[in-house]
Amino acid sequence: MDRTGSRIRARRMDAGIAQRDLAQAAGISASYLNLIEHDRRRIGGKLLGRLAAELGLEAATLAAGADAALIAQMQTAAVGQPDTGADPGQAADLAARHPGWARLIAAQARQTAALEARTRLMADRLTHDPALSEALHGIIAAVTAIQSTAAILTGDRPVDADWQARFHRNIHDEAQRLAQTSAALTAYFDTPAEGPVPALSPTDEMEQVLSLTGFHRPALEGGFVGTPLLDPPVSPAARDLLAAFDATYLADALALPLDVIGPVARAEGCDPLRVATRLGRPLSQVMRRLAVLPDSDLGLLICDAAGAIRLKKPLPGVAWVRGGLCPLWPVFTALGQPGRPVTAQVQLPGAAGTRLWCDAVADSIPHPAGPHMPPLIAAVMLVRPDAAPGPVPPVPVGAGCRVCPRGDCPARREPAGVTLSKAFDS
Amino acid sequence: MARRVLLIEDEPNIIEAISFILSRDGFTVHTHQDGATAMAKVRAQRPDMIVLDVMLPGRSGYDILRDLRADAATADLPVLMLTARGQAKDRALAADLGADAFMTKPFSNAAICAEVRRLLAVRHDGAAATATVASGTGAVAAAPAIPPCNAGVVRDA
Repeated sequence: MDRTGSRIRARRMDAGIAQRDLAQAAGISASYLNLIEHDRRRIGGKLLGRLAAELGLEAATLAAGADAALIAQMQTAAVGQPDTGADPGQAADLAARHPGWARLIAAQARQTAALEARTRLMADRLTHDPALSEALHGIIAAVTAIQSTAAILTGDRPVDADWQARFHRNIHDEAQRLAQTSAALTAYFDTPAEGPVPALSPTDEMEQVLSLTGFHRPALEGGFVGTPLLDPPVSPAARDLLAAFDATYLADALALPLDVIGPVARAEGCDPLRVATRLGRPLSQVMRRLAVLPDSDLGLLICDAAGAIRLKKPLPGVAWVRGGLCPLWPVFTALGQPGRPVTAQVQLPGAAGTRLWCDAVADSIPHPAGPHMPPLIAAVMLVRPDAAPGPVPPVPVGAGCRVCPRGDCPARREPAGVTLSKAFDS
Repeated sequence: MARRVLLIEDEPNIIEAISFILSRDGFTVHTHQDGATAMAKVRAQRPDMIVLDVMLPGRSGYDILRDLRADAATADLPVLMLTARGQAKDRALAADLGADAFMTKPFSNAAICAEVRRLLAVRHDGAAATATVASGTGAVAAAPAIPPCNAGVVRDA
């Protein structure tokens, strides 16, 4: 719908000009201007130019409204702050009426997004770096030893000279350990503080957009009859990836609507094998669906036949590097045996020893050019957190060799990079 | 007879501090640092209770706890879990696996002694437990207050 008339009305009211006066200045009747202002008459040509001149605007600004990208950024800002009551539907009017304020809102939204991206990077580093986790564990151990030992020495009960000497030495050793750790931590945190936020690949851009809603796409539920998607502006390549993601999402949502999969998922504890069996749907589709349910805390990893990651929805505490991911993750086992589900418990490196349950399966998709071409294989892995010890030892996995501290791993393909633990050795 | 506590912990100076305060309170303390061989140590020592760290080399304390509860000979053994992580989910996991108590590092000496006494008192009959409590909380003169170095502490070779 052409909103030129609405923009004229908004601008006139902002300028405090009576409808009758503007109509008279432009050489038309007040009733005709009223029809224009309510978008009941199309306007263009010389009349638009006269009205624009009276309102102190360019005709093109009135006709085209604000820049579409600017409006999209304002809508994204409104969607991201629902508690403010800002209506995304009013963004176009606001941009036309107060272009300066609109640019300010968009600029601040971009700045906020950049700061959030930096925060996520730093949070990821805090959460995912196993060497940092080891360091924090060491600090707690040192503090525990010092506190307990000091309490013995300063308590009311006497301690003989041999024990005193021993405890003094222990405190000294632990204090040295703390000093070394604090120096290494200082060096560790100094490095990234001034670094730029890395440029995002199209896939990263897509995942960043999807992560705003936890990979859930409300507008695609129920057969895509809801409100249109209000994604922030992305590159054309990322837009294509999002479109492909949405096409698969839509098909999955139609096959497994929320009111069908939701109750079964809750009843089966989000176990994809059980859910797939009960609902009679392909395991890969069930896993994709479980990962994007509202408020789902499950991780999802999809890779192609070459092992390249096509999509990753990480869960807290899990790092999946896009290049050089640890080959021991069950998704790669599934890749080698299409059609056969793989279930395994894995354990992350580091003092926390986090365990996860992984279910994975690879689908063989016929090449569209015909059977003489190799099939297109896609492997899907669903990851569930907070796993208690399983019946067999967990598979020791990591993010990738560059950041993995497991020195004796038979699957290691390259040495680890400089990590905090190495800084301690220096 | 002094109650035997097996301390499974890999930090040497924490081992030393806990061993000291427990042996000063009249317990015989055995120590072990490796998670992978901890179950064999438990079966060999047959302690009256275990103080078990979560993050151990070789095998986690949670795995060891699960094996303890699965073995009829050790299913009822009191276990006090120690960990540097005090999140609710860690406590819940320890409780689910059958831990009798859970303490977060850093802890106070008084708290860990009290917890060991409480768990042993719950498990054993009144006379032994009462005697144990008395030695830990009574006057200095009544307790074996100043153990010589290594007295009452049995370490791994």
